[in-house]
Amino acid sequence: MSDPTPPLLQIHHLTKTFGGLMAVEDVSFDLTAGLILGLIGPNGAGKTTIFNMVTGFYQPTSGEIRFMEKKIGKLSPHQITQAGIARTFQTIRLFKNLTALENVMAGLHHRTRMGIWDALIRSKSQRQEESMIMTEAEYFLQVLGLAGYRNELAKNLPYGDQRKLEIARALSTRPTLLTLDEPAAGLNEHETQDLIAMIRKIRDGGITILLIEHDMKMVMDLCEQIVVVDHGRKIAQGTPEEVQKDPFVIKAYLGEEEK
Amino acid sequence: MRIAKIQASFRRYPYAWQIGLIILAILLPLPLGDYYRTVAWRTGVYIMLGLSLNIIVGYAGLFQLGHAAFYALGAYTAAIMNLKLGIPLLLTFPFSILIAAVFGYLITRPILHLRGDYLAIVTIAFGEVVRLALVNNIFGITGGANGLSGIDRPNLFGLELRQPIYHYYLMLVFLIFTIFAIRRLENSRLGRAWMYVREDEAAAEAMGIDTTRVKLMAFILGSGWAGLCGALYAAKLTVISPDLSRFLESVVMFSIVVLGGTGSIPGVVVGTLGMVTLPEMFRPLKDWRDAWMGIAMVVMMIARPEGLWPSRRVRLEIRGDQEEANPIPAANS
Repeated sequence: MSDPTPPLLQIHHLTKTFGGLMAVEDVSFDLTAGLILGLIGPNGAGKTTIFNMVTGFYQPTSGEIRFMEKKIGKLSPHQITQAGIARTFQTIRLFKNLTALENVMAGLHHRTRMGIWDALIRSKSQRQEESMIMTEAEYFLQVLGLAGYRNELAKNLPYGDQRKLEIARALSTRPTLLTLDEPAAGLNEHETQDLIAMIRKIRDGGITILLIEHDMKMVMDLCEQIVVVDHGRKIAQGTPEEVQKDPFVIKAYLGEEEK
Repeated sequence: MRIAKIQASFRRYPYAWQIGLIILAILLPLPLGDYYRTVAWRTGVYIMLGLSLNIIVGYAGLFQLGHAAFYALGAYTAAIMNLKLGIPLLLTFPFSILIAAVFGYLITRPILHLRGDYLAIVTIAFGEVVRLALVNNIFGITGGANGLSGIDRPNLFGLELRQPIYHYYLMLVFLIFTIFAIRRLENSRLGRAWMYVREDEAAAEAMGIDTTRVKLMAFILGSGWAGLCGALYAAKLTVISPDLSRFLESVVMFSIVVLGGTGSIPGVVVGTLGMVTLPEMFRPLKDWRDAWMGIAMVVMMIARPEGLWPSRRVRLEIRGDQEEANPIPAANS
């Protein structure tokens, strides 16, 4: 065998300060292609800050993020999406007044090219592209079981389906890495099980997954690798079993034992 | 509601309405005298101005309260090229569009990251800067406060366009093209991108859409189109002044879009009839226009914030949750 393939996502000594506040301090971890990695930690631990740096919404103060060996720390969010990292939002940010289909069509924008001129004359290639966009958007609705909502406004969907629509929309950008910010927030037990199955299916389709989650049961069920952060630092990394036994993790979550 | 009924029939028989309206627009000036032909011409120009501003305000959801500056730039480009370089007026039109579009790019590029009210303030300032530059006879070519006069009449294959009715038809050609083009843009990849940006800029960015570029496209297209309107103005009046870039002009254009119905082509037409045509037809109304504009604004914002003839989407965005509990009956759509 030749060299092992380098990790899909490499985070090296990542630090982010807001004014004098150290939100993330010297965090490093790798994410191997094909895994489901969970990023967990108590509230305010810096998970979302890390997440926002990976997706380009924040720029790191120092440190490096490499995706497929390319530095992405200084790219803007749309460039990062174009490079192959798609995201969802912690609080749902669908295009509320657009239909489900139109929401998913957004992900195809950066993969299509037709400009003003083609739109004006409705050239053959423009019409082909438009029907390709439509077909592919419909496909992603179908994958997530949302085909019935095609022409429904996003805001009229039930909450759980809005979460799914956000995932469908993210998938339509054809990412290599899908990042999910608390995808199970607000879902009931049944919906969460559904979601777990769906995320596994997406991974089996060849997409690597990074997720932040509060629902411990879900994280332990789903993730193959877990990174634990607390107070902006990484305190543990490993499989769910390893992390659960880690004394630092227990301390972070349950507090210190009284002496 | 009556407007809703008209809207519905519009959607059901689009071709009948479109052909009917085009025939009406062609026949309209025939029975009229020169004064009303000029009113009709002005209406058409303001509809085009409204539509150009609608790209920026209605589709991309950005504030632009200095739109008249690009109207003025288009008019001055046509006038200066005609007077100083002797270029026939109709051939200056592409340059008017180009110059206005280039300025649209240069001016808005550095301020695109501003949002809402901040963007509005900067655009107001820009309109004033253009006006003052023209008043101060910048580069010695704008003629100062008096503006420029003696612009050639446009000449179409030997036919000198002197009568208002010729200008009306010249305007109509551009107007029909404008409406056609904007309808196509609305339903294109770029049109959707504007919609995404208007709805949620961060989410659009996360979908891989270069939101800066998309917003710039709105400003460039809108500004260029306003430049064309300026050239049409210079061609008809043959006299132009810095007043073209007055703040009040920008406010009239903004009101046309907002009162008529943000993001909606028929809305802009309705808005123009209210803001421009009626005051021209009834003199007393014109004297009171500023007051009537203010009152109309206040009443509309309270009673019908989405405008008289809104696009369905913008209506949803503005009315939002208010209507969720009380959905519009299905028979309407």
